[in-house]
Amino acid sequence: MPAVQETVDQVKAIDVDQYKYGFSTDIEMELAPKGLSEDIVRYISARKNEPAWMLEWRLDAYRRWLTMREPDWARVDYPQIDFQDMYYYAAPKSNPAPNSLDEIDPAILETYKKLGIPLREQEILAGIAPEKRIAVDAVFDSVSVVTTFKEELRKSGVIFCSISEALHEHPELVKQYIGSVVPTTDNFYATLNAAVFSDGSFVYIPPGVRCPMELSTYFRINEQKTGQFERTLIIADKGSYVSYLEGCTAPMRDENQLHAAVVELVALDDAEIKYSTVQNWYPGDSEGKGGIYNFVTKRGDCRGARSKISWTQVETGSAITWKYPSCILRGDESQGEFYSIAVSNGAQQVDSGTKMIHLGKNTRSRIISKGISAGRSQNTYRGLVSAHRRATNAKNFTNCDSLLIGDKCGAHTVPYIESKTASAVFEHEATTSKVSEDQMFYCMQRGLTQEEAIALIVNGFVKDVLQQLPMEFMVEAQKLIAISLEGSVG
Amino acid sequence: MNAVTPIRTPAEQALIGAFGALRDAGPAAAALESLRVDGFARFEATGLPHRRVEAWKYTDLRTMMREAKPLAGAPDASALLAAKVAVGRLPRVGGSRIVLIDGHHAPDLADGGPLPEGVSVSGLAEALVRRPELQALLAGQPATRENTAFALNNAFLTDGLLIEIAPGTAVSHALDLVFLTSDGAAKLTNARVVVIVGAGATAGLVETHLGPAGTDYQKNVVVQAIIRDGARLEHGRRQLEGSEALHLSTLEAEIGAEAHFDTLTLTSGAAVARNQLFVRFSGENARATLRGVSLLKGRQHADTTLVMDHAVPNCESRETFKHVLDGEAHGVFQGKIIVQPIAQKTDGRMMSQTIMLAEGPAMDNKPELEIFADDVACAHGCTCGELDEDLMFYLKARGIPSQEAEALLVEAFAREAIEDFGDEGLGEAVEELRAALLASVTDWMLART
Repeated sequence: MPAVQETVDQVKAIDVDQYKYGFSTDIEMELAPKGLSEDIVRYISARKNEPAWMLEWRLDAYRRWLTMREPDWARVDYPQIDFQDMYYYAAPKSNPAPNSLDEIDPAILETYKKLGIPLREQEILAGIAPEKRIAVDAVFDSVSVVTTFKEELRKSGVIFCSISEALHEHPELVKQYIGSVVPTTDNFYATLNAAVFSDGSFVYIPPGVRCPMELSTYFRINEQKTGQFERTLIIADKGSYVSYLEGCTAPMRDENQLHAAVVELVALDDAEIKYSTVQNWYPGDSEGKGGIYNFVTKRGDCRGARSKISWTQVETGSAITWKYPSCILRGDESQGEFYSIAVSNGAQQVDSGTKMIHLGKNTRSRIISKGISAGRSQNTYRGLVSAHRRATNAKNFTNCDSLLIGDKCGAHTVPYIESKTASAVFEHEATTSKVSEDQMFYCMQRGLTQEEAIALIVNGFVKDVLQQLPMEFMVEAQKLIAISLEGSVG
Repeated sequence: MNAVTPIRTPAEQALIGAFGALRDAGPAAAALESLRVDGFARFEATGLPHRRVEAWKYTDLRTMMREAKPLAGAPDASALLAAKVAVGRLPRVGGSRIVLIDGHHAPDLADGGPLPEGVSVSGLAEALVRRPELQALLAGQPATRENTAFALNNAFLTDGLLIEIAPGTAVSHALDLVFLTSDGAAKLTNARVVVIVGAGATAGLVETHLGPAGTDYQKNVVVQAIIRDGARLEHGRRQLEGSEALHLSTLEAEIGAEAHFDTLTLTSGAAVARNQLFVRFSGENARATLRGVSLLKGRQHADTTLVMDHAVPNCESRETFKHVLDGEAHGVFQGKIIVQPIAQKTDGRMMSQTIMLAEGPAMDNKPELEIFADDVACAHGCTCGELDEDLMFYLKARGIPSQEAEALLVEAFAREAIEDFGDEGLGEAVEELRAALLASVTDWMLART
């Protein structure tokens, strides 16, 4: 039907403009000299007033990085990145380490207001019931500008602050855990991150504490020609629980910007960490110009017995996504979960998935991954499930489905399933399909428009994943999916 | 970055030396010279594949093939005599038997009467002189050409067999093709067979691979099948190599419109085996069924790697592979279904299932989908586990000894891949083969302890 194609083209044209977080904030920034060298690593460390051991740690990583090669196994294609042609540190000049909201540049506050991120505690208190409060760590380019509800969290023993602050306030905790899940030698981008990471969030939940509110970090890239390298470290001590949300956006620019983050989660005995991401970095325009390169290493270590880590992600942004949130199921009876929806449109390239590494006895994992490709995008699920010899009775269930909209895109599935123990039970299933004509007919016969029908079917398709998202994010995620798929009738 | 000079392993050095000697010895078949040179260049550029080469991730040939045995020459009279005895002991499946010893055709060992009408067998080098168009076929499909085992086979290609089924012929008995490695010092056999099934023809072909136990001989065999429009080929393989052998096998198939290709491999021999299938649809409304059963014990390693390329619309493929692992065996399944942008209405389903009978084995699965068309139905599944305890209990409660109960369950497991193999047209021969394969599963289970 030619009319449909017209609609597709029209809506696609709008689609690019629909990136509503594409504005930039014009404020004076302090930038490190351009490029990367030992001096830059020292500069970043000095700016943050870090202890000597931290600088050594960074320098070790940097020297290691110099010997490493950029990985090329992912199904993504991009021009060579010039690591000397970007800034590794960018902080608002006015007051890079404000003590209260009043000291923050109003332009930044305005930015977060526009993004819909509540930073003023009293505003939040006024509007929403207490149990729905969310503590936010707001990271603006290279620095954390504010962390809300810190005091209240401290009352229950929860430490929630920027990682720079944690280095001063709780160096023993940072020293004990940083790099223990993602070592500095892990991979090209994780090693780069270890050398130049500038900020990020730090969370420690003491034994037996159920974190009284949702924690969240909002990442914003603003400055041109900068890379964002944040590092998040979450430690859930014995018997504790925390739910953590992460959101990200960036302005629309013609250039590609690098985001190479590292997230480390540690769950001790009986602890549970729920980590949710709504990734909405600028995806580039319809021709594939601009957009964020999202090369992220996320890994959780179920170190204690009966611990549990669950990753939920909704991926709609970024020009290129390269990330595999993983669980190391070390503790006996520990559990790992991965729920993902990756929607790609335009010229986006997604190579994402998870790793479930079963080391302990009676460990369980579950992977639900839904990939939706439209436009000229390529969407790859790449995942590993492995059971070590002593991981007796390990169980995994994997379900990865792909949906293609249009005939210019691609959906790929590359699972690795490695079992070294007979008692492990691994089940994997994957399907690829088109939005069913029968279902479309059924919906449209009942008066839904084609667009509505598609939205309904796609929402049904991704329901398994959305159910895992915290309430606030679920609504947001559903909206995101609607945006990305509008007009994508094939 | 400076150019890196690769460090050659002893096996690589030996292969390079063997190629040089082959060239110096003069053109055994001048027609094959350019293929040999091309194959060798490809091998020389990459060397033996290792675990960092994605397609060989789980079968590190560089480590597993420590040395390359000398290239096997044509068998002498005593080898032929010994081979005749060995082949004679092997029950015939199907009709006419064609024998290759150390990769060389041995017409004297043919058995089962004259070739059926419409079937012709000729030497490959000689055929290539008459029909230069075969050159492109021998060079392989693009995906196959990239493969090191295939490149090596081309590098050492001096002759082979061309089996042709005339268009419209319905061959009532499967051809029984035996690849035997002769006794004596361990050697490297390079064998090549090309099968062309003419338009509308129906044929069956069963390969059997065997050799002396306790000798670490090596075999690199390539079978290329062209199944023309409306034709069908039923292809069975029994890999019963000696216990120390290294077995590399590549099956390449091109399937024309409305054609049907059905292949089943039973793997129980060799210390290290790699079974590769490269199958491509070149005409619409065709069907392919690829299946395999691997029975591995001790420290055996067997890898099945397949690429199913849906290059045209409206084709259907089914891939069913079963592994039964005992001892400290290592099974590998790497399957990839590719759906090209124009291949709308593709229907592809891939399943890999594993049963482990002991605590020691390892299984690595990589069932991939690579899809570029939107109106398709593709699925893959993969399971891995031990025998169902409830079923074992049920059988034992009925007085069936544990060992027999296990054999029953494993046979049922393997049956799924075996039972609907073959075509009505080929009648008894395929039925015999099915029965023989199922019996070998049971025998293997009962002989396990």
